[in-house]
Amino acid sequence: MTAPHTHPLRLCVRRTPVPGEMRVVQRVALKVPSKVDCIEEAVAVLTRHCLSGAEASSRVQFRLQVALSDALANAIVRGNREDADKQVYVQVDLHPDAVNIHVTDEGDGFDHASAAETLDPGSLDSPSGRGLFLIRHMVDDVHFNTQGNSICMTLRRR
Amino acid sequence: MGLSDTKSANGVMVVRVEGQLVVGNRNELKEHLHRLLEKGERRFLIDFAQTGYIDSSGLGALVLLGRKVREEGGDLRLSGLNEDLRSLFELTKLDTLFAISETPDQALATF
Repeated sequence: MTAPHTHPLRLCVRRTPVPGEMRVVQRVALKVPSKVDCIEEAVAVLTRHCLSGAEASSRVQFRLQVALSDALANAIVRGNREDADKQVYVQVDLHPDAVNIHVTDEGDGFDHASAAETLDPGSLDSPSGRGLFLIRHMVDDVHFNTQGNSICMTLRRR
Repeated sequence: MGLSDTKSANGVMVVRVEGQLVVGNRNELKEHLHRLLEKGERRFLIDFAQTGYIDSSGLGALVLLGRKVREEGGDLRLSGLNEDLRSLFELTKLDTLFAISETPDQALATF
């Protein structure tokens, strides 16, 4: 049994100029310990901040919560293998019409190109294998870095 | 996540989930239902009227529980899914694996 998560997560918020443009975006950063019982709080903190002050439907909020939860679970369980010495780094850029979310772990990465984009009809009764499928359907765009330890998700606000 | 139980007049164990069902707490629900199975309960309704979202691990836990309950000769049904959760079950085709009703009363009438 792992010790319960006791320290509140703290967001770091900065206004960052966009290179080559006159505007700034708000950039939110959060460091999450590699413990699955931190995920729900991290999702709550990030969702609250990402959608505050902006018109967003409950559908957008739901999609953000599911995508963040699964991306963090992948990073903590598969990426960092729940190693207490490793962290997950979340960076969110808040644009007027969309949020860009990077979730990066300290693992070796995985071959995202080989991950199935559809669900196998024969494995409907399987307890696993839905994470990346859900992420791809919850957000509008998904990219990985070359190493495969960082996912970038774009979710339009409407 | 909070869990509370009531037994219906027709002998169905109604488990109400308060909060999100996610990777960090899915084992609480699994262990809870396993304990009820050990006590001899076989017919279950899980009500999600107080749940905002479920992640893929939460869905996986429900799949495992549904399989376990069926293996024990029982029945596990769901109710109270909000519109977004309902669409999540349709997206993953889990609406074909579980009987889903809008309200606990409607679900209990189907047992």
